[in-house]
Amino acid sequence: MNAPTEQPARLTVATCSLAGCFGCHMSFLDVDERIVELAQLVTFDRSPLTDVKHCSERVDVGLIEGGLCNVENVEVLREFRASCRYLVAVGSCAITGGVPAVRNKFTLESCLREAYIDAPGIDNPHIPCDPEIPLLLNKVRPIHEVVRVDYVLPGCPPPAEAFWELLTALIAGREPELAYEHRRFD
Amino acid sequence: MASPLGQSVTLHDIAARHLHARHRLLQMLREVQASRSYVPEEAIQFFAHVLNLPIAHVRGCVEFYSFLHTTPRGQFDVYFSDSVTDRMAGSEIVAKRLADRLGVTLGQPRADGRVTVSMTSCTGHCEQAPAGLANGRVFTRMTEARIEKMASLIEHGVPVSEWPAEWFHVDDGIRERGITLETFIPPGEAIRTALARGLPATLDEVERSGLQGRGGAGFPVGRKWRGAYETKGAHYITCNADEGEPGTFKDRVLLAKYADELFEGMTIAGLLVGAKKGYVYMRGEYEYMMEGLQTVLEERRAAGLLGENICESGLDFDLRIHLGAGAYVCGEQSALLESLEGKRGIPRVRPPSAVKIGLFGQSTINNNVESFVQAAQIAWKGAEWFSDHGETKSRGTKLLSIAGDCQRPGIYELPLGITVREVLARCGGENAKAVQVGGPAGTCVGRDEFDRRVSYADLATGGSIMVFNDLRDMVDVARQFAHFFAHESCGFCTPCRVGTQMLKHYADKIADGQGTQRDLEQVKSIGEFVKGYSHCGLGETAPNTLLDTIKRFPEEYTSRLLAEADFVPDFDLDASVTESRALTGRQDQLDQVHSD
Repeated sequence: MNAPTEQPARLTVATCSLAGCFGCHMSFLDVDERIVELAQLVTFDRSPLTDVKHCSERVDVGLIEGGLCNVENVEVLREFRASCRYLVAVGSCAITGGVPAVRNKFTLESCLREAYIDAPGIDNPHIPCDPEIPLLLNKVRPIHEVVRVDYVLPGCPPPAEAFWELLTALIAGREPELAYEHRRFD
Repeated sequence: MASPLGQSVTLHDIAARHLHARHRLLQMLREVQASRSYVPEEAIQFFAHVLNLPIAHVRGCVEFYSFLHTTPRGQFDVYFSDSVTDRMAGSEIVAKRLADRLGVTLGQPRADGRVTVSMTSCTGHCEQAPAGLANGRVFTRMTEARIEKMASLIEHGVPVSEWPAEWFHVDDGIRERGITLETFIPPGEAIRTALARGLPATLDEVERSGLQGRGGAGFPVGRKWRGAYETKGAHYITCNADEGEPGTFKDRVLLAKYADELFEGMTIAGLLVGAKKGYVYMRGEYEYMMEGLQTVLEERRAAGLLGENICESGLDFDLRIHLGAGAYVCGEQSALLESLEGKRGIPRVRPPSAVKIGLFGQSTINNNVESFVQAAQIAWKGAEWFSDHGETKSRGTKLLSIAGDCQRPGIYELPLGITVREVLARCGGENAKAVQVGGPAGTCVGRDEFDRRVSYADLATGGSIMVFNDLRDMVDVARQFAHFFAHESCGFCTPCRVGTQMLKHYADKIADGQGTQRDLEQVKSIGEFVKGYSHCGLGETAPNTLLDTIKRFPEEYTSRLLAEADFVPDFDLDASVTESRALTGRQDQLDQVHSD
C-alpha cells in the first residue's frame, strides 16, 4: 500500500457497518476532497472502503455504524471491539438501535410472519431456517449494551464535519469537541 | 377496582350521575373500572362521544392511571403495597404466597377471571404493613395465615364485604400528639372566629403564624393566600390529599379524624378569596374513607357551614371530593390540577403559578391537608398559638409518619427543628444506620448526620421518615426507589422518562453484583442530568436516594462492584435468541467468547 512515511505513529482507522444502511459511511465520504488529506494522516484498515474483511491486530480508531439485530452483528462487534483502541458508535442505529429497532415494539414472530407468511403474493410461505442465515436477536440493541463504547457521533447520519472533527482531534491527541450544529438536529 | 357488581350500572347512568361534566371523566372511568373490572373499548368510545372529547383523550386517561385497565382484571383484584417498609414487613412473601395458592402470575388475571394479584406503589399504611387493597378496600397487617384464608375466600367467591372485618382495620397510628392533634374545632367555630375578626385580618393572622406548606415544599401558606386574594376573577380552593410519597401516611389520619378541621380551613380560604367551589383531591387508595368524609360534608351543609350564605356571611362555598386512580405524579400541584380537570396528570409548565392560573384557568389556592387543618386552627386560636412552636425559619409543629426499623412506628406530631436523633429516640429507632427523610424524593442521612434537623431550612419532609438498621442493604433500598420512580414517571419529558429507566437498569446491575466502577460513574452522571433537566419535581428528585447512598454508604456499593473489569455488558447472547430458536428450531452453538 502506501510507501513508508516520516510519521511512524500514523493512526490506523477501521470502519464497519452492522444493522445500518451505510448512510453513515456515505456521510463520512462527504468530507469530499479532504479524504486525500486524511489518507495522508491515517492508514485505513478494515473497512468497506478498503474491502479488508478483518482488522489488523491493533487498530487505533474503530468507527461502527448500525445496531445489533442478529448474532453475526454481535460477533463482528466483539471482534471489532477487541481490535480497536477507541471504539466510536456512529449514528442513531449504533447509539440507540435506530430504525431497525422499530421492530422492538413487536414480537419477532409477528415480524417474520408478516414478512414470510402473511404478506400477499408469497410462494411457499415459511420462516427461513437456513444455518447460513444468522439467528435474529429477540430485540435490536444499541452497541453500548454489548461492548464498551468510547465516543459517539450522533445523527442520522452524523454530518461529515463531525467525522472530520473526531478524527483530526484524535490524530492531534486532543479530545474531540463537536460544534452544537454538528450534534443537535431538532 | 373489580367488584361483583356486574354490569348493572349502565354507562349512561354513570355519565348522567356526573352531569356529563368533562372534568369528572376520571371519576366516571373509576366507576366503570369498579363495576366491570376494566374499562372496555366500548366505554372509551361512549365517553368520548357523550363528552365530546377525542377518543385519544379518554384512552390516554385510561392508560395513564395505574388503577384503570384496558383488559379485564379478576373478579377479585388484590394489590399489595410495594413500599420499601412494606417489603421489610414481608409484603413480597405474602404476595407471592397468595399468588402461589391461587395459581396466578403477579399482575396477570387468572384464566378463569377469578382473581388478579399485583403489587402497587405505597398505599400509605406503612406502620401497619404489609398492607394492600382488595377490590379497593384497604387491608393491613397481612400475615401468611390470613393469606391462606384469603385464598380460600377468593376460591369460594366470597365477596370482600364478607371477609373478616379485622383484616380491614386501620389504626389511626397516633403516637404523639402536639398542638394540632390536640385541637378539635367545634364545627363552624373557626369560620365564625375568622368572620368576626374579619377575613383580611384572618389572612394577616395566617401570614403572621409563619405556617409553611406541609406537603414538604414549605411555601408560606399566608403568602399563597395573599397572592390569590389579590388576584382578580374567579377562584378555586383545592386540597392535595394525594399523599403518594412512599412512607407518608399522616394525611390519612387527618382525613379520618380531622375532616372538620380540614373543611373548615378550606372554607375559610374560600370565603377569603371569594371562591365558590373547592375540591379535595384524594388518592384512590383512600377510597375507603369516602363515605365518612361525605357524611361530614352533609353534616356541614345541614349546619350551614357549606353551601349558601355560610354562617350568615352572605358568602357561598361548597366542596367536592375527587378520587385519584393511582398516579404518584398527581401529588405534584399542577399535575393534580390537570387530573382534577379530568385529564392525564401531566405537570404543567410553571410559571404561571396555580395562584395566577390554576384549576380551570382560574386563580387557585392549593394546599396540603395538614396545611388547611393548621390554617383553620390558626384562624381559631391565633398566630401565636402556632408560631410559639418550632424554630425561627420553620414555625409550628409537623406531623411525621415514621415506619421501618423502629419499635414504635406511627404518627408523631413534633416541633419543626427537631433533630433526627431525637426523632429516633421517640420512635425507638436508636439502632438506625440510615434515615430516609421525606420519602424516596427526600434525603437519606447516615449516623454522622443524625444531628441534622427536620425543618424547611435543613431536612424538609412532607412527613415521611423511614428508618433502616444495620441489617438493611442500602443499595437495595436505593434500587427499590429507582424502580418506583421509573414506574411513576409520567413520561412527558425525556430526561425523566428515559433517565429513570436508565437509573433503574444500572441500579439493578449494581445491586445484582454485575456492575463496574464505570456503571457507578454512569449512575452519578445520569443522576445529575435527570435532576437538572427534568420538567417537574418528580424527575428533579428521582435520583436523590441513589446519589445520597453512593455518597454516604460508598462501601456498600464498591464492595459489590466487579473490580477487575472495566466494562461488563448486561447481555447474554444465548438468552437473546430464544425467539428465533423457537421459530426455526435451530440449536446452533453460539460463539460465547467475550472479546471485551
